[in-house]
Amino acid sequence: MDKLKQLAKELLSNNQVQIIVGYEEGTVGKARPAFISSPDQADTLIYDERCIHNLAVYLTQHKLPGNTKIAVIASFPVMKSIITLASEKQLDENFIKVIGISKDNNIIEFKDFADIERYINQQDLSFTPEEQALIDKIDAMSMEERWEYWQNEFSRCFKCYACRSACPMCYCTLCITDFNQPQWVSVPSHKLGNFEWHINRAMHLAGRCIGCDECSRACPLDLPINLLTKKLSMDIQKQFGYSAGQSLTEPYALSTYKPDDKETFIR
Amino acid sequence: MATENYKLLKKESLPALFDKLTASGKTIYAPVKNGEKTEFDVVTKYSNDINDEYIQTVQSLKGTVFPKVEKLFDYKSDKTDTSIQEPDFSKFPQNVLWGLHPCDAAAFRPLDATFRWDYDDKYFLTRMKLTTVVGLSCSKHDDYCFCTSVDISPASSDGSDIMLTKNKAGDYLVEIVTEKGQEVYDMAKELFGEISDDKESYITDVPKKFDLNELNKNLDGSFEAPYWLAQSMRCIGCGACAYVCPTCTCFDLQDEGAANKGSRIKCWDSCGFGHFTLHTSGHNPRETQSQRWRQRILHKFSYMPDRIKVFGCMGCGRCSRACPVDMNISENLIKIMEEPKNE
Amino acid sequence: MSNPNIYKPYLMKIDKVTEEAPFVKTFRLKFTNEEDAAKFNFKAGQFGEYSVAGEGESTFCVASSPTRDGYIECTFRETGRVTSALAGKEEGEIIGFRGPYGNTFPIDEWKGKNLLFIAGGIALPPMRCVIWNCLDLRENFKDFTIVYGAKTVNDLVYKHELKEWEERPDVKLITTVDPGGETPDWKGEIGFVPTVLEKAAPSADNTIAIVCGPPIMIKYTFPILEKLGFKDTDIFTTLENRMKCGFGKCGRCNVGKVYICKDGPVFTYAALKQLPAEY
Ligand code: FES
Repeated sequence: MDKLKQLAKELLSNNQVQIIVGYEEGTVGKARPAFISSPDQADTLIYDERCIHNLAVYLTQHKLPGNTKIAVIASFPVMKSIITLASEKQLDENFIKVIGISKDNNIIEFKDFADIERYINQQDLSFTPEEQALIDKIDAMSMEERWEYWQNEFSRCFKCYACRSACPMCYCTLCITDFNQPQWVSVPSHKLGNFEWHINRAMHLAGRCIGCDECSRACPLDLPINLLTKKLSMDIQKQFGYSAGQSLTEPYALSTYKPDDKETFIR
Repeated sequence: MATENYKLLKKESLPALFDKLTASGKTIYAPVKNGEKTEFDVVTKYSNDINDEYIQTVQSLKGTVFPKVEKLFDYKSDKTDTSIQEPDFSKFPQNVLWGLHPCDAAAFRPLDATFRWDYDDKYFLTRMKLTTVVGLSCSKHDDYCFCTSVDISPASSDGSDIMLTKNKAGDYLVEIVTEKGQEVYDMAKELFGEISDDKESYITDVPKKFDLNELNKNLDGSFEAPYWLAQSMRCIGCGACAYVCPTCTCFDLQDEGAANKGSRIKCWDSCGFGHFTLHTSGHNPRETQSQRWRQRILHKFSYMPDRIKVFGCMGCGRCSRACPVDMNISENLIKIMEEPKNE
Repeated sequence: MSNPNIYKPYLMKIDKVTEEAPFVKTFRLKFTNEEDAAKFNFKAGQFGEYSVAGEGESTFCVASSPTRDGYIECTFRETGRVTSALAGKEEGEIIGFRGPYGNTFPIDEWKGKNLLFIAGGIALPPMRCVIWNCLDLRENFKDFTIVYGAKTVNDLVYKHELKEWEERPDVKLITTVDPGGETPDWKGEIGFVPTVLEKAAPSADNTIAIVCGPPIMIKYTFPILEKLGFKDTDIFTTLENRMKCGFGKCGRCNVGKVYICKDGPVFTYAALKQLPAEY
């Protein structure tokens, strides 16, 4: 990825951006997110199959200094996240430069968000057979089996909120679970509290999830909570023809309605 | 090392020992293999799934003495009358924690120091009193382990009531460390044999990465150091590190239920969360992730040794393994010692 | 109690409710259990955890003086989940109280000195405890000056007591409201507390200053006191931080290695200068 380093150096030395969010070699054979702010640091940038963190999460964290131009190394899920965030008016295009990386590891210098949108729509956007198989496995369960399955999984949760922290779409400054007037979600990580949290999380991400699986990857207990949001994405695509991360302008399916909606209750 | 105090516990005797423990009303937690991973789980019998060569579990057994959700009491209340029902402390479980590595066994020390600091936490202390710790020397380690840097060794028996070391034959060299350990031994004397062997040769060698006291000194005057921000840039502010940590004690108190009936609960919390220190006024003394990362490190390596005479890190490496973005604690501690405190 | 449960609150009956200012109330609380009442004691500056069943606990100081036996009082503003629930409670109802926690004002060491109390807004309660404590031992001290300010006339708490202090010949009371907060018949000062203090220019000679108020007021008051010649070891204040346990375990309230709940809430300005900026 010498080209990536080269590009990073250029961007930083002619001050087109001040920070590059990318990946570097981590410890014990891991890759990890990195923040590069000078051309000589750019040599630490890497990109390979271990670089799976969804870096879009850093674009809404308000950790990066204001009025700074940021370049972000964007794998396909990161591109989709950026489009969703932009469609939800969370990103200022003037401050973000997206350096895309294609599936065959080529660098794509996007001109603007619309450029990313175009690129995304040229790709195969269907769910992979592996994803479909995971969902089918759950769908094949009887209601009781499913209840049992999720009870087992949720009971293990200790509410570290790594799923929330790692998700680019979880950008609320006050999460429902931290809200206490009233206390919508009970705080302790007992069965009820865990169910309340995970159901709320899934519902708040319903159809907004772009399917990067970062939530379950971040989960130290390996809870397969990505299945919930994935399933909801599939349902919303089926019901409303809406998929997150594909359009800058199409309004989110669950916060809009059309006068010619096929359901009568809404009219 | 003296070997005459060792007993021999043959692998074949383990089922009988576990049966005895269960029969005497003990709940046994042991490291159980589950696919690629090994996690602590409750067992009633010995089985071959119990793994005595695991490196480290994701979760520690902190929850057996400091549960993630501890009900403090139930209350009943109407307008003018309220009553509080404490739990029956005598019914707390008698736990045998089997096969913890020395880092985990030593972790009960800082927990104890915190929950005893001027005010005794009856819940923790009762649970601790009813707990027997059976330590297990480490035959393996990985690059996240750094117990030797925090003055613990893969064979240290500090914190264990009984200490096991596995030998080549797959049997255990047994040290009886405390009275509680003696009780277990006395209960099943016939299962233990005599031995003179040296445990050192069965123990893995964990390289020392830094000097603990030097680190502690180095942290003096580090409050405004630039490295807190640099290190925490990638931190996403979750509580994974705190919740897998065997010594983290931050907690929240919460009421659950209605005004007339419910309970007060003590549950895990984390100093890494943004709202942890948030005032009702909206002011937050630890507003940024770098301030919270600083708190995490200084609490463990500076405040705790200063205030309660014990360090808050056992070198188990769990936080580093669990971190979604590779905030490796030993790497960062080494950097702290190398980097300047002033810009 | 041989092995007390530190999380278990005393059950207190609300004996009297006083409306102090908009959203600010004072509760007089009495122990429902005689034994608890007999064993309980506290000192000026200490705080407690007040709780409403089903809502949780909230931290504030004891606002009554330890010299007044048989009850404690607390004054709170309705802001969060618990204080809102508390505000809904009426006389005769039961609430929980744990405490007392924290350190105290060293009143014994102030014998023979002049006392200067400076308070702003809702921060009068911790002050009220010391003021009454010292007034009940009035002969131990020399001059007694109180400077108290709030945003508006309406926001002044303990109005009846202000009147009482005003009328006492052995107390000098200066009240002030922020510019624009005055009513047509307001007779006190108009201006921010630090400004009014500077104008009044009390002598620093043999004087202890006790300052309680919002952070911004404290920030501007300390330099003025120093300008007036006060030593930083003679200036006292109380700190607040988010608290849950009150006894050094929950990990919330520390400022560097100092735990507000155990080492505080009372600090001298000199001690404050040693603390990192984390409060
Ligand atoms: S309030 Fe819990 S540690 Fe101070």
